[in-house]
Amino acid sequence: MWRFIGFRFLQAIPVILAVITVTFFLVRAAPGGPFDQEKAVSDQVRAALEARYQLDLPMHEQYFSYLEDLFRGDMGPSFYYPGRTVNDLIFQGLPITAELGFYALVIALVIGCLAGVLAALKPNTAQDYVPMSVAMIGICMPSFLLGPLLVLIFGIWLDLLPVSGWGNSAGDKILPSITLGAMTAAYIARLSRSGMLEVLNQDYMRTARAKGLPEYVVVIKHALRGGLLPVVSYLGPAFAALLSGSFVVETVFQIPGLGRFYIQAAFNRDYTMILGTTVFLSTLIVFFNLLSDIVAAWLNPRLRYQFRK
Amino acid sequence: MTSESGSIGSINTALEMPRGTSLWEDGWHRLRKNKLAMFGFFYLLLLILICLVTPWIAPYGYEEQNLRLGAVPPTAEHWLGTDTFGRDMLTRILYGGRISLMVGFIATAVALVIGVTYGAIAGYAGGKIDNAMMRLVDIFYALPYMIFIILLMVVFGRNLLLLFLAIGAVEWLVMARIVRGQIQSLRQQEYVEAAISLGLSPLTIIFKHLMPNALGPVIVYTTLTIPNVMLLEAFLSFLGLGIQPPQSSWGVLISYGVETMEEYPWLLIFPGLALTTTLFALNFLGDGLRDALDPKASRD
Amino acid sequence: MKLLQVQDLAVHFHTRNGIVEAVNGVSFDVEAGKTFAIIGESGSGKSVACYSMLGLVPMPPGRIESGKVLFQEQDLLGLSERALRKVRGKGISIIFQDPMTSLNPYLKIGDQLTEPLRQHFGMDKKTAWQKGTEILEEVGIQNAAARMNAWPFEFSGGMRQRVVIAMALVTEPEIIIADEPTTALDVTVQAQILRLLKELQQRRNIGVIFISHDLSVVSDIADEIAVMQNGKFVEQGDREAIFRNPQHDYTKMLLAAVPATQKKSDIVDAAPLVSLSNLVVEFPGGKGQEKIRAVDNVTLEIKPQEILGLVGESGSGKSTLGRAVLRLLTPTSGQVVFEEQDISEYSRSQMKPLRRRMQMIFQDPYSSLNPRMTVYDTLAEPLLLHKICNRKTLDAEVFALMDSVGLSRESVLRYPHEFSGGQRQRIAIGRAISTKPSFIVADEPVSALDVTIQSQILDLLLDLVNRFDLTMLFISHDLGVVRYLSDRIVVMKDGILVESGSVEAVFEHPTEDYTRALLDAIPGKRLFLDDAAESMEEGTIT
Repeated sequence: MWRFIGFRFLQAIPVILAVITVTFFLVRAAPGGPFDQEKAVSDQVRAALEARYQLDLPMHEQYFSYLEDLFRGDMGPSFYYPGRTVNDLIFQGLPITAELGFYALVIALVIGCLAGVLAALKPNTAQDYVPMSVAMIGICMPSFLLGPLLVLIFGIWLDLLPVSGWGNSAGDKILPSITLGAMTAAYIARLSRSGMLEVLNQDYMRTARAKGLPEYVVVIKHALRGGLLPVVSYLGPAFAALLSGSFVVETVFQIPGLGRFYIQAAFNRDYTMILGTTVFLSTLIVFFNLLSDIVAAWLNPRLRYQFRK
Repeated sequence: MTSESGSIGSINTALEMPRGTSLWEDGWHRLRKNKLAMFGFFYLLLLILICLVTPWIAPYGYEEQNLRLGAVPPTAEHWLGTDTFGRDMLTRILYGGRISLMVGFIATAVALVIGVTYGAIAGYAGGKIDNAMMRLVDIFYALPYMIFIILLMVVFGRNLLLLFLAIGAVEWLVMARIVRGQIQSLRQQEYVEAAISLGLSPLTIIFKHLMPNALGPVIVYTTLTIPNVMLLEAFLSFLGLGIQPPQSSWGVLISYGVETMEEYPWLLIFPGLALTTTLFALNFLGDGLRDALDPKASRD
Repeated sequence: MKLLQVQDLAVHFHTRNGIVEAVNGVSFDVEAGKTFAIIGESGSGKSVACYSMLGLVPMPPGRIESGKVLFQEQDLLGLSERALRKVRGKGISIIFQDPMTSLNPYLKIGDQLTEPLRQHFGMDKKTAWQKGTEILEEVGIQNAAARMNAWPFEFSGGMRQRVVIAMALVTEPEIIIADEPTTALDVTVQAQILRLLKELQQRRNIGVIFISHDLSVVSDIADEIAVMQNGKFVEQGDREAIFRNPQHDYTKMLLAAVPATQKKSDIVDAAPLVSLSNLVVEFPGGKGQEKIRAVDNVTLEIKPQEILGLVGESGSGKSTLGRAVLRLLTPTSGQVVFEEQDISEYSRSQMKPLRRRMQMIFQDPYSSLNPRMTVYDTLAEPLLLHKICNRKTLDAEVFALMDSVGLSRESVLRYPHEFSGGQRQRIAIGRAISTKPSFIVADEPVSALDVTIQSQILDLLLDLVNRFDLTMLFISHDLGVVRYLSDRIVVMKDGILVESGSVEAVFEHPTEDYTRALLDAIPGKRLFLDDAAESMEEGTIT
């Protein structure tokens, strides 16, 4: 097992390195210099700025010095906000985004798995159709539509919940978490339904019933593990989906998280910030993909056995 | 083959025999029984038709403003109301739909071409080539593609062509996996071995024996890719990183709608409804096609 | 002592397309220490009959229309689900067909084995584990204590079936339902499992219901036999009566599941049509593993108009050998000579003119036909490719082929999925003979078919061999089938030819232990072996 984990880690390194390289050169190759908007800057000031950001060095030296900084955990100063570093901004936004993402993931897992398993236990009945129809709505209702609609209904028309901010007023975390978790919940519901259906049709379910086990033991002990394995494998992609979803949700609900910073950086052409956030988020996503792969492999006795040897 | 030999008269009696039901016809019968899928099918057909003729049937001009009117809720003149500039929402939704659908179809086509070619080559070549090609797909798959698309749009400006390419370049990965898996499993079918032992050429085998049998899942997945692509486009446009004014798509309209939803909720609700129902239709059709064409894949 | 009495059991399925009368009024008794066998082809209702007694048939769509099943002084059909659960796995256990799928891959053997004990007797984990280890030992699994902690995938098919048997026995039930328990296994393993079942049954005085599609399998172990067709017992009686004096036509058909046609033509004593010398075929193994040698240094000759039977168990390399002869794969070393040309290194284009002279018939008629091509397209493709006929005569030629393989001309425009397994195999045979080949490799052409269909297809093959003077390499795991067809037999094990000789020589005086083991493993050999062997068997069983 450790060999498998080590192997997958080694595999992740070139991916992250490639992400850094591609992002770096893409950003540097962007048409129009980073200071184009600021017309009033004199040549002298511009030269000073460029020196500070090491823009006067040849491209490859910039790249290597950036890599070097990165290894020390320094992502450089922000282009747009004078006096602030990218590290500052990321670690200011990260806890908020992480909290939001965590709530959303919990909502998605609990609701998604519950709906999917219940649907699979009684296929082609109301117990199947109702949750699956809701899941279908979830898939066709993107967060940038669901969020505003929830705000409109619960925030403005019914005046039940606050419509913006994070941790400033009671209940202001509810709507963003639901908005972000909804689509992932819908995907997980569909995945767990089809996973459970497949397992429930296996011969070994009949064996379990023929032993005289009560139905709940059959489902919980014999079906859940295999049936929910696709959900575990999906957690990596789900994490990536939640992150990109946070761009929208944090914008809609005006939450000062990492996602909103990223979108603002994109608009402000805050190049170091874009570069730093991209590298940071990509590493995070690659890491979570890795984690979900490892957990899925660990849950599969056959794979576990192969790597033990 | 039958059609060519049918013209030779009395010797050729095969054509007069009762016709069998091909798998395609079978699939079509199954699809026709699926009411939701058929709803999706006709809804899309209608939508595509309307979008094609929008410039001729739209009640107002796309940029036609009526500042004196301002934003009004639905009336007899303006079925879906008007926006803050007094522009007719129905007209704008129709024009927006043209762009949204176009992005959906073209980017999917890009994904289809890359994915099918790549997957078919990997699947047919097998061995080390296949291994290397699919490892590359795995690596791409682990990349945070949404961030990359945003990056591309920021760096190279927000143009439509780039959007097609960027989205297509992301979505081809799954297609490649599906096609490769299909070709791999079909290659092990005994009828392909039979074709080899008859002495058929590789090209004939690919086009006559492999392709038609791999087509079903490809059609299914293509149908399910279109809504994904449209969602992606709307997502980017909502953030202001996709379609740029004066062009507009449903994502752009939704983003405008959000700004003024407190006073003029219809500006959010109607474009949202347009997007959601279309995604519904595509997903229903895709699920229905999967049940109809690929009965093994739908496990219920 | 009667353990179980089934009276007039009827189970129907109420589907959207009407009512399917799966089981229609069957009655039988199961006695302690005796085996009651139910024989029928797929879909005859034999499994439904047994599973419905234990409430394991989904209802709806299933419905019990009538009957009584008396077990331990209660009618099982009248019991609640709760009460039935106390019977399942405790009073009556089931052994399922496919040991590869009937064990849960996510739970350890020990967990699955002790589950019934903990459920029915409330045993604590330690006691149950101890008991499980004992039973695992009893079914012949070595090092049982350690194997309790193993996963199902660490066992071979035969070993898994032993685990499944242990799982059925662990609660010491009165009755075991064995649903085709050996169908998925190799012949030699099948013989071991049958022996084990018989032994355990006698030791513990268990009543067994043995379900099978194959009369010969139960000929050694059944005390009473019922032959089932379309939901009814068409014949029921003790073993001797059924085998010696079958009454119903269907039973006679099952018993006579060997071809009526005899091979007419003699082997031509000329240069061999096909000869292999020192043939080796290797496949790359997994990462860091050695190459797998599927065919190991095989030398053999096939004379014109000879039928050579190639026998071996799964994994013996017999199919690989067949494909190498046809150059569907390239040998690693050695020679393949066909019609006096060394084709072992021929390219695709060099092979093309030879392709029409050598053809193959595959095992699985469900995957050997392109599902999107009609019979017409399938048969016309080789005809046009090899210019056997022109477009004007194409239809006539296709019809002629369909006539030869016994397909109705009406069905020429139909697709494979509209045919039954036997008819599909006829199409595949039609395709193989369309190019008028001299040599055909038939790779288990009947093992995927129902018993009664098997004999029809074998008849057809023999008829074609006679008519077109074909030479054939007939590959099979079934010595019984091979015996009827072949002039000569070769036996293959682990890629090596271990024995070869005339049919008589191999059957009467096998020189190799492995061949003897294969012969011993033939179920119901007394059904077709000569009298001497038969009387010997009689002595051991009764």
